[in-house]
Amino acid sequence: MSSILVYVLHHDGEFNKSSLGAVCEAGRLAAGLGGQAAAVVVGGDDLSDDLCRSLGSYGAARVYRFRGPEGLAQPAIDAIATVMARDSHRYVLFGGGLLGFEIGAGLAARVGGGVTMEVTQVLVRDDRLVAVRPILQDSAVAEIDYVGEPGVIIARLNAFAVTSGGDGAAVVEDVELELSAWSTRTRMVRRGERRGAEIKIEDADVLVAGGRGLGNAAGFDLCSQLAKALGGGVAATRAVVDAGWYPYSAQIGQTGKTVAPKLYLAAGISGAIQHKVGMQGSEHIVAINKDPNAPIFEFSDLGIVGDLNKILPKLTAAIEDGRGGREG
Amino acid sequence: MLVKDVPDAAAQKRIDPQTHRLDRSGETNLNPFDTHAIEAAMQMREGGALDVDEIVAITMGPESAVRTLQKAVSLGADRSIHLTDAGLVGSDVCATGYALAQVLKQERPGLVLLGQQSDDGECYTVGAVVAEHLQMPSLTQVIKITPVDGRLHCERQAEYGYDTVEVELPAVISVGDAINEPRYPSLKAIMGAKRKQLDTRSIADAAIDPGRVGAAGSRTVVVAVKPPLAKEPGEIIEDDDSDATVARIVAWLEQRKLIP
Repeated sequence: MSSILVYVLHHDGEFNKSSLGAVCEAGRLAAGLGGQAAAVVVGGDDLSDDLCRSLGSYGAARVYRFRGPEGLAQPAIDAIATVMARDSHRYVLFGGGLLGFEIGAGLAARVGGGVTMEVTQVLVRDDRLVAVRPILQDSAVAEIDYVGEPGVIIARLNAFAVTSGGDGAAVVEDVELELSAWSTRTRMVRRGERRGAEIKIEDADVLVAGGRGLGNAAGFDLCSQLAKALGGGVAATRAVVDAGWYPYSAQIGQTGKTVAPKLYLAAGISGAIQHKVGMQGSEHIVAINKDPNAPIFEFSDLGIVGDLNKILPKLTAAIEDGRGGREG
Repeated sequence: MLVKDVPDAAAQKRIDPQTHRLDRSGETNLNPFDTHAIEAAMQMREGGALDVDEIVAITMGPESAVRTLQKAVSLGADRSIHLTDAGLVGSDVCATGYALAQVLKQERPGLVLLGQQSDDGECYTVGAVVAEHLQMPSLTQVIKITPVDGRLHCERQAEYGYDTVEVELPAVISVGDAINEPRYPSLKAIMGAKRKQLDTRSIADAAIDPGRVGAAGSRTVVVAVKPPLAKEPGEIIEDDDSDATVARIVAWLEQRKLIP
């Protein structure tokens, strides 16, 4: 019997890393509950038997495959609700992706369950699951219990590590279902459009990241100059990528990249959770922001309350001079 | 349009130790993300690509939420509805979404807009709950809406880049702050907001099942609130002399061998 169901996102024949982390966590939790973990995948022909079976090595005993529209929440809700109506599943777990929030919340409404989100840890207590999530800009942690079942758990991005358990293969089962009427009223016109140049930032030791506080697209020049002086790359927040100031490929956080450089220098970034989840593993975090209440100062190692337009050029010059001095 | 009264961004937020709920007694304001939803509605009306009869702001919350509704009206809503009832206190996101959906059923909207998140708790989720109860298509975190032949082409950033999704109306759409730059209300609009129609509805008025809302009707319960794993607070420099500040930053970086 399966006890925990996991929604696994994929794109172009590859599973999403946060989803795989959720499968691993579900395997551990299901063992604690004396049950099994199973996965639900929704999509087209790239969901081959082999690909689906491979989820077994992450801890899924069974994979329910629905050939349907991918990248949309409501068809996935239909699929998961269908599986839940047939086989009993006590909890449904989602990695920290955007679709997970939509599917998880909609599913809870559909099946009459409770939902928790931004969950960073799940506990097995008295044969049930208890979700742990940071609240109030991470200044406190709440433990949330479910009243009855099923319970829906939406994790925070990168909450669960991906651990491959070896060569286990999952049983793959195709699920037939009729989409609900409202699920057929959205249509993917274009998926995964990459906007702006492709920039590789994952391997940089130093990243200078810019946010809305830069004021405009030209403000990124200040970041580029400092990054050059430090021998690093330039990254960006979602707000400025959405505004078209910088390429999507350099975006850190919820729907962007996760990085952990030796130095992360955040300029004009407030430090919302959606950004934090993508960079909190950095070894040293330096933040420059004019707002002393900016959340980023709660998790930076060095915080400068001041005007980045004054500080960044002088910092760049000082580092360039210093290096010139040392080399001379 | 769904709007939310949230604790002011600058206010110190605290959790009531007895109820484990956010203390909402302090200074509150209209959720900043919701101002973008209002602006999006205004631009659709002004652009003429969609026929907009009226823009109605709806909120659920205590007495203080009236001011937030007035702000929503000053930003462009034609009238507002305040869902308020002692039986709603303590509702979790599913209960809140159900209650709001019951009010929406009475209004039969062609489009429900809301901000994608609020900084006082749940994000991205209430729109999906509302849509499910209304059996409408739903999309969150939208940063561009283009009406095309009575449907909406919505753009948003997802895990693999930007998605464009066509949504048939009626629908529930939550928007991000990149969608527009909200206008400032005119003094006249602020003064006039108090005179616009504001309906107050109770659980009974909105045909809400009292067993499905409030703390007792919620399917989640906060059992403990604890301090987070302690992280050493970082060093803070208040910049009043940028040369001295830069010297301190350089020294800090050099000490940690972060300058190549």
